[in-house]
Amino acid sequence: MSAKRRPPGEVLLKVENISLSFGGVRALSDISFEIRRHEVFSIIGPNGAGKSSMLNCINGFYHPQGGSITYKGRTRRQMRPHEVASQGIARTFQNIALFRGMSTLDNIMTGRSLKMRAGLLAQAIRFGPALKEELEHREFCERIIDFLEIESIRKVPVGRLPYGLQKRVELGRALAAEPELLLLDEPMAGMNLEEKRDMCRFILDVNDEFGTTICMIEHDMGVVMDISDRVVVLDYGRKIGEGQPEEVRSNQAVIDAYLGVQH
Amino acid sequence: MFYREAGQYKTSYVADQAVFPIRQDRYGIAIILLVAFVAIPFLGSTFLLQAVMIPFLIYSLAAIGLNLLTGYTGLLSLGTGAFMGVGAYACYKLTSVFPEVNILVWIIASGFVAAAIGILFGLPSLRIKGFYLAIATLAAQFFLQWCFVRIPWLVNYNVSNAIEVPQRQLGEIILTGPNSTPLTRYMVVLVIVVVMTWLASNIVHGRIGRMWMAVRDQDIAAELMGIRLLPTKLLAFAVSSFYCGVAGAMLVFLWYGGAEADTFNINQSFFVLFMIIIGGLGSLLGAYFGAALIFGLPILLRYVPAELGLPLHSATVEHLSFLVVGVLIIFFLIVEPHGLARLWQIAKQKLRVWPFPY
Repeated sequence: MSAKRRPPGEVLLKVENISLSFGGVRALSDISFEIRRHEVFSIIGPNGAGKSSMLNCINGFYHPQGGSITYKGRTRRQMRPHEVASQGIARTFQNIALFRGMSTLDNIMTGRSLKMRAGLLAQAIRFGPALKEELEHREFCERIIDFLEIESIRKVPVGRLPYGLQKRVELGRALAAEPELLLLDEPMAGMNLEEKRDMCRFILDVNDEFGTTICMIEHDMGVVMDISDRVVVLDYGRKIGEGQPEEVRSNQAVIDAYLGVQH
Repeated sequence: MFYREAGQYKTSYVADQAVFPIRQDRYGIAIILLVAFVAIPFLGSTFLLQAVMIPFLIYSLAAIGLNLLTGYTGLLSLGTGAFMGVGAYACYKLTSVFPEVNILVWIIASGFVAAAIGILFGLPSLRIKGFYLAIATLAAQFFLQWCFVRIPWLVNYNVSNAIEVPQRQLGEIILTGPNSTPLTRYMVVLVIVVVMTWLASNIVHGRIGRMWMAVRDQDIAAELMGIRLLPTKLLAFAVSSFYCGVAGAMLVFLWYGGAEADTFNINQSFFVLFMIIIGGLGSLLGAYFGAALIFGLPILLRYVPAELGLPLHSATVEHLSFLVVGVLIIFFLIVEPHGLARLWQIAKQKLRVWPFPY
């Protein structure tokens, strides 16, 4: 998009031969792909293709039966979600999973939980180091609030916000963890054109300014083709295509999957 | 009109992160503390101190404890009464074995015993939620109460099978036992409750409070963000039981002056649960509102009609208060699940913009 975009670097995350099934249902079979540092990577596919399951595997929420995931050169079979999170992977959710009873600011502050160290006792007294830490993180969160242009709603309980803003707060909460790899599950679902444009701008800015690697699932093909560096296409849990947006667009298997084909 | 924040600018995050960012709120709290620490001890009668203020404060503390667990972390518990009992029995045992250590130390220490028991019974909370967890905590209630009845060691093999509070002093001042004055006990309870409320407020406004609320609102999202569910939930159980334990120890040592196992039965658990439902789940202020209403209502019903020349039979009063509390619980569950605290918030919000609501 802009000239300052960083070139894709070494492989950050490598997924090899991942297979996942729930009982008799094969959600993912033999999926492999690589995500390079600093790139915007998209996973697309029709409904039920296994895209969200793929993210859940990367997250450590699902444990695939076969295959391996290599992140920053470390291969793992099973990993707990909190270990994944502490290694710098954050995500947003398809159907917004904000903490509805809390304010925007508190939601974003919660995103920094892993970075905070003060123990129970120090916090209970809220004096000295604990207070100082709280304020430092508040300052960081204010930068995110500033970046996402949500200053006016920082004290509003998120349950009361409109959908588009909730999506934005959720992005803010993920950014608060200062992730190296940001997983976005349909960041633009259900948005109008203007909101989509804003969201695209935020995603690209995150990618530019912080160098965050983005892996997103999205159904809006216009958006995907415009902002992705590379795309992988899933259908019925299998990988049917991968490559630059133009390659994928002209891939016959992909066109068949989306438009349907007569058997 | 007077309650307005216009013109109060905050120039630092310290000021903005404060628990009471609005000046009028700070004045309000100052006035309440002044009344509690100065006016009530000087002007209050023995009846007011012994029968109203002491139990009100103790129940407020227990309600804060349960609110940390149920209101903030979203884990329903029916074991409050038992955890209070653990505090009371632990305090009794500790002070009988080490009588030379000050009773105030043991009241706080008994909270830690309750916290340990709370963690034990909190273990199922990783796997089960909602009503099922409530049943699991109900097991705690019955099992612990059974222990209080069946283990005579807990009451030092008393013939009466009950706790008899011994006399304990701080210097010359008699703190517990039949010879202590309501005024001393009131002051002790007040100091403990105020300090512990302040600590609870700091906890819920910090990282741990946010983690609890995150687990309450969206446990899967919280987990994927790196919040470990089991330690977070167990911490909530521990802190909650600590508060309940201290409340239980104070209930026996600074109010009843003696207790048997039946004091900590299931009714006690429900009593505190009703307080936080009516007062407001997830609000410390709500714990006070709930305790005031549930505890104060029967007292009002008993004395106000009599003052008005309308003597009610004591049985009638009891039935009446059951009736009113029951109706209120149904009302709040349907109309305002966030309880009196939310009503208070709405009223403040209205005042803030009055008379131009737009």
